Amino acid sequence: MKYLALVYYDENIIKQMTGDEWTSLNRECLACVDGLQQQGHYLDGSALQPVDTATTVRVRDGRATATDGPFAETKEQLAGFYMLEARDLNDAIRLAEKIPPARLGSIEIRPLRDITPFGDDAPQDDRPWADRNR
Amino acid sequence: MRKEIEAIYARDSRKVLATLIRLLGDFEQAEEALHDAFTCALAQWPEEGIPANPSAWLVSTGRFRAIDQIRRRVKFEDITRQLDQPTSTPHAVADSDDEMLEDDQLRLIFTCCHPGLAPEAQIAMTLREVCGLTTEEIARAFLTTPATLAQRIVRAKNKIRDAGIPYEVPGPSQMSVRLDEVLRVVYLVFNEGYSATSGEQVSRYQLADEAIRLGRLLLALLPAPEVKGLLALMLLQNARRSARQTPGGNLVPLDQQERSLWDRATIQEGAALVTDALATRRFGPYTLQAAIAAVHDEAPTAEATDWPQIVGLYDVLMQQSPTPVVALNRAVAVAMRDGPQAGLTLIDELLAGKALDAYHLAHAARADLLRRLGRIEEARIAYQRALALAGQEPERRFLQHRIDEMGAGVA
Repeated sequence: MKYLALVYYDENIIKQMTGDEWTSLNRECLACVDGLQQQGHYLDGSALQPVDTATTVRVRDGRATATDGPFAETKEQLAGFYMLEARDLNDAIRLAEKIPPARLGSIEIRPLRDITPFGDDAPQDDRPWADRNR
Repeated sequence: MRKEIEAIYARDSRKVLATLIRLLGDFEQAEEALHDAFTCALAQWPEEGIPANPSAWLVSTGRFRAIDQIRRRVKFEDITRQLDQPTSTPHAVADSDDEMLEDDQLRLIFTCCHPGLAPEAQIAMTLREVCGLTTEEIARAFLTTPATLAQRIVRAKNKIRDAGIPYEVPGPSQMSVRLDEVLRVVYLVFNEGYSATSGEQVSRYQLADEAIRLGRLLLALLPAPEVKGLLALMLLQNARRSARQTPGGNLVPLDQQERSLWDRATIQEGAALVTDALATRRFGPYTLQAAIAAVHDEAPTAEATDWPQIVGLYDVLMQQSPTPVVALNRAVAVAMRDGPQAGLTLIDELLAGKALDAYHLAHAARADLLRRLGRIEEARIAYQRALALAGQEPERRFLQHRIDEMGAGVA
């Protein structure tokens, strides 16, 4: 059997952490992944950027809309996931519109976050348009 | 010289900012760079004279200063990796002509109005980044605190960076949907300035003026029929600004407005834009609403209004965007053309559909028709229903006035 383990927490707890606490949590996570990998249990996984970065895509009557935020309705349940490689958010929206349940419910798009053992939380080189349009 | 530089700031700072955002890939850095560039201009131009192409000078100076700043902060290897791409020398900027700068302004507009940003953040970003209003000015116009507004803008910039919202003009397949979004933001800014009357009047007027300026900018950059239609609509409504309120702040309905107060030059400009947009045959709801506004604006008196033409325009509008509010406005026009009973029948049908039940103007329009039919008691109930739902003070005063008037008539 394969299982998906979903991670939930209150982001406010994270925001209140000191830099050291945050770095140490990230190191623990990396160690956890290492351990699972060695035991052959780890298939794939990633941390996500904070919920502020979420965009929700829906298709209704053939018309796609994107809105800010994780606005899944409370009566909707998590039904699956796609890990997508996309150039930028517009590209990701375009791909998400093609996911069939976008017509029934909603597809929440969140960028992934690299877990680093260095406490370097704000990578400066992943600006979306820094090296395009040149 | 200082005055000239200030004039260049007013004219070019947003253009320069738009290009710096593209070159530096970051709103905050671009704003710092813009500030540095103008500081340099104030120091250098009085001695060396104003350069032939001030915007290009400001862009390359701002960019140089930003790179300099980053060099001081980050290791040299990092910076060469980030910024010293082959084509990104300052000369490339100086050589790029005005067309490139115009594209950057469009990029900025479409980024600020990206659907991935919350609607209120789109408005705040557009006013702050594209129009150059201060957070204090925007906060005042929207009756919120500068701190709340500043936080909204910071959050939007973080989302742009972290979620990967690209700095680009949408391609042809996305253009019409994304342009709708931009036009919606511009019209919301206009309406906030034109209709809502609860804030300080001066800052409200500034919003309407900014929306019109945005409309003009957008039309210069992207001359699509609906851009023309929206600008026309704003001009034709704004032309009545001095007549739609008494000095005491009471609303004056269209048919009672003093038409000599209407701004004729603005009406002419708006009407000409409508004619242009209609001639393309690719027009949409904004153009049609503008055409309706033009028919009102061009009538010498309220009685001379061409209601059959207005109903005809609403018919076309209903085909394009069949919303309950459009249907309501059409019903009111039908009442003017065919008499109150015809309009009342339509409005009652609409209200039976429930979508308009909580909309105060639907009940106000119904009350008005009942009053004209002499059904005073029903009219009073409908006015009271409208009053219970109305949020803005001048509208409430207007409805209360109507109720009081009828009371006097019956007694």
